[in-house]
Amino acid sequence: LKLVIGIVRPEKANDVLEALFRCEVRGVSLSRVQGHGGELERVETYRGTTVQMGLSDKVRFEIAVSDDFVDPAITALCDGARTGEVGDGKIFVLPLERVVRIRTGETDHGAVTPVRA
Amino acid sequence: MSEINTGDTAWMLIATALVILMTPALGLFYAGLVRSKNTLNTFMMCLAALAVATVTWAAIGYSIAFDDGNGIVGGLGHAFLNGVTFEPRDGSTIPHLLFFAFQGSFCIITVALVSGAVVERMRFGPYLIFIALWSVLVYAVLAHWAFGGGWLIENGTLDFAGGVPVEMGSGFSALAAALVVGARKDYGRQALLPHNAIYVLIGAGLLWFGWFGFNGGSGFSTGNAGVLAFVNTLLAPASTLVVWFACDLIRGRKVTAIGAATAVIVGCVLITPAGGFVSPGWAMLLGGLGALPSYAIVMWRPRTRVDETLDVLAAHGMAGLTGILFIGFFAQTSWNGVSDGILYGNADQLLWQAIAVAVTPLYAFGMTFVLLKVVGLAMPLRVTEREEAVGMDVGQHGEEAYASGEGAILVTPEAGHEEEVLVAQPATT
Repeated sequence: LKLVIGIVRPEKANDVLEALFRCEVRGVSLSRVQGHGGELERVETYRGTTVQMGLSDKVRFEIAVSDDFVDPAITALCDGARTGEVGDGKIFVLPLERVVRIRTGETDHGAVTPVRA
Repeated sequence: MSEINTGDTAWMLIATALVILMTPALGLFYAGLVRSKNTLNTFMMCLAALAVATVTWAAIGYSIAFDDGNGIVGGLGHAFLNGVTFEPRDGSTIPHLLFFAFQGSFCIITVALVSGAVVERMRFGPYLIFIALWSVLVYAVLAHWAFGGGWLIENGTLDFAGGVPVEMGSGFSALAAALVVGARKDYGRQALLPHNAIYVLIGAGLLWFGWFGFNGGSGFSTGNAGVLAFVNTLLAPASTLVVWFACDLIRGRKVTAIGAATAVIVGCVLITPAGGFVSPGWAMLLGGLGALPSYAIVMWRPRTRVDETLDVLAAHGMAGLTGILFIGFFAQTSWNGVSDGILYGNADQLLWQAIAVAVTPLYAFGMTFVLLKVVGLAMPLRVTEREEAVGMDVGQHGEEAYASGEGAILVTPEAGHEEEVLVAQPATT
């Protein structure tokens, strides 16, 4: 049982979602975050004020999956999010102690999507 | 030579300002319809029309449109405002200078309308060059045909406030521009949704408000024609809204807000050519019935490969065409004092309306197509795919519409900012 966190470019979020659905991973949360990961800093000018934007908009996927689906989820994230340039993002895989599906009270493997014993 | 009438002049000063308001209103309307990362670029395309088209209009456009020339183009007698003074133009009761400004505001809004076809992908520099050329070669020429003594108006084609140059001119040019520039990279693959429906509704509301100057001012006086057009500008779009609501209900069981905003524009466009020529009753019929072809194109176009992004063809080209044709049937001398339509026994009127409807789209489409192809030879028209993905606001203008300021590091003037550097770049040796 793992939690896969993928941080990707916002313009790639749709591609990632498509790739995840294609490998049957249907339980995802998505949030908009800002981050810094070594990409080129954009310079923006507002009237006389010039600033370097140190943070870029990113989208953060959180996907709880059973062990069999860790690799498909990672592949999907990479396929969907990669452009080959600095700033494509990162994937973190964390162990999960417990999962509960609130509607039914099912736990662990029964509670992640796709369900897999 | 006619005398200046102070009442007419006062009204036309206000009407001109009302039409000028329509361009930033269109900016809001368009900006709401695009994705948030392209908000500023889309608005700037409208603002650019105020800049570029005003200058070209003063330099040469006005002369091409309104100086005596031949049936196709006007002369250069009024270039750089030569001879445009406080004296009224023949047949009008307002200063020539004011007439010039009022007509200029039409050129500006028309140029801005065309941008709807190329938003979210066209580079800003080539766009500026394109609209400078377009405002003279397409708009001014069509304005000469329909308003300035060209072959259409001389043969009796009726166009009260710009069904030919403004609405059909922009609509069919938009189609050509969309074809030359090409679809957005995600078009047809991802849902590309309006990012702020409230901007769209405010924009539509302000456009309707400005349109009272646009149509009401096109009588160039406070006389009957202007009053009729003013009132018809209330009646026709209201009818369009009602019919649009009904279409939405039948099609999707829900009345949509962005549909309603579109209906306001379609209704205003429908009555633009016909405003001063048809009775209030016929205006309401025009607003209602005329909604249907535009509605059909709005529904059909996204199913095609043509990314005419903000539906200028449906809202302006098609509705303008419908309005121009409608005059040929329902114009009434008892209301307009000029001419009857075929319903009141004048078949010639319908003929000349039909000729305008046949020729204008051909010229607008063909000229715009060639113009953009030529500009495209000199420089790329589109941004790179990567920039399109990141957004036009950052790429083209170096600003964001919704900047948060978090993580922004102030660049002090004396230090200057260094060249863009890769921070946290892996050491290279």
